[in-house]
Amino acid sequence: MVNIIWMAMLIIGIIFAAINGKMDAVNEAIFKGAQDAVTICIGLISILVFWLGLMRIAQASGLLEGLAKLMKPMATRIFPEVPSNHPAMGYILSNMTANLFGLGNAATPMGIKAMEQLKVLNGNKDSASRSMITLLAINTASITLIPTTVISIRMNYGSVNPTEIVGTTLMATACSTFAAIMIDRFFYYRRLKKGRDL
Amino acid sequence: MEWISLISIWLIPLLIVFILLYGTAKKVPTYETFVEGAKEGFGMAISIIPYLVGMLVAISVFRASGAMDFLINLLKPALQAIGIPTEIVPLAFIRPISGTGALGMTSDLIATYGPDSFIGRLASTMQGSTDTTFYVLTVYFGAVGIKKMGDALKVGLLADLVGIIASIIIVTLVFGSM
Repeated sequence: MVNIIWMAMLIIGIIFAAINGKMDAVNEAIFKGAQDAVTICIGLISILVFWLGLMRIAQASGLLEGLAKLMKPMATRIFPEVPSNHPAMGYILSNMTANLFGLGNAATPMGIKAMEQLKVLNGNKDSASRSMITLLAINTASITLIPTTVISIRMNYGSVNPTEIVGTTLMATACSTFAAIMIDRFFYYRRLKKGRDL
Repeated sequence: MEWISLISIWLIPLLIVFILLYGTAKKVPTYETFVEGAKEGFGMAISIIPYLVGMLVAISVFRASGAMDFLINLLKPALQAIGIPTEIVPLAFIRPISGTGALGMTSDLIATYGPDSFIGRLASTMQGSTDTTFYVLTVYFGAVGIKKMGDALKVGLLADLVGIIASIIIVTLVFGSM
């Protein structure tokens, strides 16, 4: 699926550029896109280094384990394949908590650590396990309590009430998160039915 | 609503203080443990580069060529027919694909129509309620070397669709229609 979408975006884009006479824009886009990607990754270094350091302290002190225990009833329902005392659960829950409070920058390192642990659980295969897809679905829907960036944009443009969209955002994000979990379930059971092991 | 900006300023520093105090109480050598964990971050960021370069180049080519606009224009009449305001259609499309693109478009919509207009509120809600699916997928799976993504992309994009539809319905219900 990703292979096809990736290929299609590039090929269709180049064909379109040929028709529209926008080949120069495409050339620019290739270099700009690659440059942006590297800039983002380099920018991520600072955040990843800091939060992974801090998270190691949280892990060594047993804080992650505590968090996992606290949220166990909910988490074991969403991630039935992950043992509740496994380190993966602690990272999953820190990732969800960070997302909830809109700490996007802090959520990423924890999400990656969770993926790493889920890969270990999955026997280090290079294919995504059920729990990995679920974690991803929750992250793309990203349940958010406080959309800080949007609030600041609204302030900049002189909104009478910049935070009035907190409620609507919360409701919309709850819908998409719930939908993500349900759609994920649907695809999982369809995979099971077809007898594929992924 | 000042507590919201207060929370967003205080939360991270408080979290740091809490983790450090808790670690110290449990006799964890905090600085050494920090450095040990932090070392991982560098390699992690570097390992994402190939995945993100591939994805972002494809996305920016698709946008720059006009293919994205063509697709949006193709679907506009159908979306309009079911009551989705045309102004929001480009944002709905770009949101799962490009984080910076969506942020730019949201600012633009808010600047053009005003933050307290229907479009402004809808754009704000949409921007805040979902994340960039392609980016999350690339970064999370890229960092740990997952090559077969299974249904992840389908699940992510379908959830985005639900989020967009939910945004429109909720904003209409809460603030009234345009």
